[in-house]
Amino acid sequence: MAHKAGMEVSMAVSEVVALTDTDVVAAYPITPQTHIVEHLAELVANGELDAEFIPVESEHSAMSACLGSAAAGARTFTATAGQGLELMHEVLYVASSMRLPIVMTVANRALSAPLSVWGDHSDVMAVRDTGWIQIFTENGQEVIDNVICAFRIAEDRRVLLPVMVHLDGFNLSHMIEPLLFPEHGEVKDFLPPNNYPLPLDPRRPVAMGDFGPPVIYTEAKWAQEVNLQKSYDVILEVWQKFADKFGRKYNPVETYHGDARTLLYITGSFSETAMTAVDSMRKAGQDIGLVRLRLWRPFPFKEFRKAVKDAELLITVDRAISFGGPPPIASEIKAAIYNEPKKPKVVSFVGGLGGRDIHVDGFETIVQRGIEIARKGSQNEYEIFGVRE
Amino acid sequence: MVKKKENELTWKDLEIGCIVTEPGSAMAYRTGDWRSQRPTYDFNKCIKCGLCAIYCPEGCIKPNAEGHFEADLYYCKGCGICARECPTRVITMVEEEE
Ligand code: SF4
Ligand code: SF4
Repeated sequence: MAHKAGMEVSMAVSEVVALTDTDVVAAYPITPQTHIVEHLAELVANGELDAEFIPVESEHSAMSACLGSAAAGARTFTATAGQGLELMHEVLYVASSMRLPIVMTVANRALSAPLSVWGDHSDVMAVRDTGWIQIFTENGQEVIDNVICAFRIAEDRRVLLPVMVHLDGFNLSHMIEPLLFPEHGEVKDFLPPNNYPLPLDPRRPVAMGDFGPPVIYTEAKWAQEVNLQKSYDVILEVWQKFADKFGRKYNPVETYHGDARTLLYITGSFSETAMTAVDSMRKAGQDIGLVRLRLWRPFPFKEFRKAVKDAELLITVDRAISFGGPPPIASEIKAAIYNEPKKPKVVSFVGGLGGRDIHVDGFETIVQRGIEIARKGSQNEYEIFGVRE
Repeated sequence: MVKKKENELTWKDLEIGCIVTEPGSAMAYRTGDWRSQRPTYDFNKCIKCGLCAIYCPEGCIKPNAEGHFEADLYYCKGCGICARECPTRVITMVEEEE
């Protein structure tokens, strides 16, 4: 039986990683992910987790060590944030291209400069195209549940891809929440042993990450893309199996009063504040709901189109700037619905940068302004929320 | 979409992550195709010191039946390092004409 405990979400991540009997952790501590790595080191040092803990000298090395570990068939976990994610950037592509099932939690953090240890999604957006499966979470329970699911998704023979579980820096990583922890045996039942089909093994030598001249590169990349697209069905299957066993169901697109005429879009932990704002606006008679992506990669095109098709207006809030371009998630959302016969008008905002909160009244302001822009039009691609003039 | 020629791999034929399961299969790769110059030999001057073989970045020089060191043109990339390092000037690089 599951047990309930109040715990900081970062430490809870380490606790569930221990429940998965992870073999190798290679990680470098960085705010706001530090507590995850610290507590894992503690669990290994205390003998509570029988794993190899590799205290690397940088994130580039952390991901490189993870490559080797996963290639040898070991269950492999790491965690990072912000600048750390950027430092491992080139190795992220290698992990997905070589089809290595690594699980990583990212405590989302703004990028320098100016130096900010606080949360936003600039780090996530910079690794959008790395070929990893990417899952967003909104509260502590979702984080730990999805860490468990991430191992099963990553290691599934039909998938064999690395998975990132995103949790907002501080807003989630440092929150103490009441959480339901499954028992070790339950996780063992849910998560079959990692059985990588072609591991590094001197008895059966293989070569990984070889030279790919023009004659084969296109085929290699297309195989990778088809594989990531196909992982979609397995992700749904794993979430369903998790629901059957643990009673909590996750979906690629989540909605709250999804049949409303006006929909607000936000990613990650801020959506819980946005829900409160939706409640209060509905109380005041406004027809408003909330939609958000849980699954960022592979992008859930069909589900997203279905979720927004009856809305008249979709107001998006990105927590990242794409300098000189459209807000990143808004641009993908617009592209996804552009060819649909029936689609909402989209008005975009950027806000919540570098740890700046958006409170309930902030979301209400965004929605009223969004409705006004939808009515009157605007010369701007998007508006930034909360900037001092 | 392009129709594949015989002996060509499609994207469906690749192992997961392009893993190569046949050890030493890089031996089949004809790096000699890259060559624009070819080493030629005046073996009368060869003292069989093996320096050319040590310096060759391709590792493709071996003693032949007479014990003279000679490049395997299947792999030789024509860099000319052997010709430069040979102490007795055995080797002359010539243009690949065809
Ligand atoms: S030309 Fe270069 S590759 Fe060819 S045999 Fe000489 S050293 Fe080796
Ligand atoms: S370096 Fe010159 S002399 Fe020495 S083995 Fe090679 S070809 Fe002969």
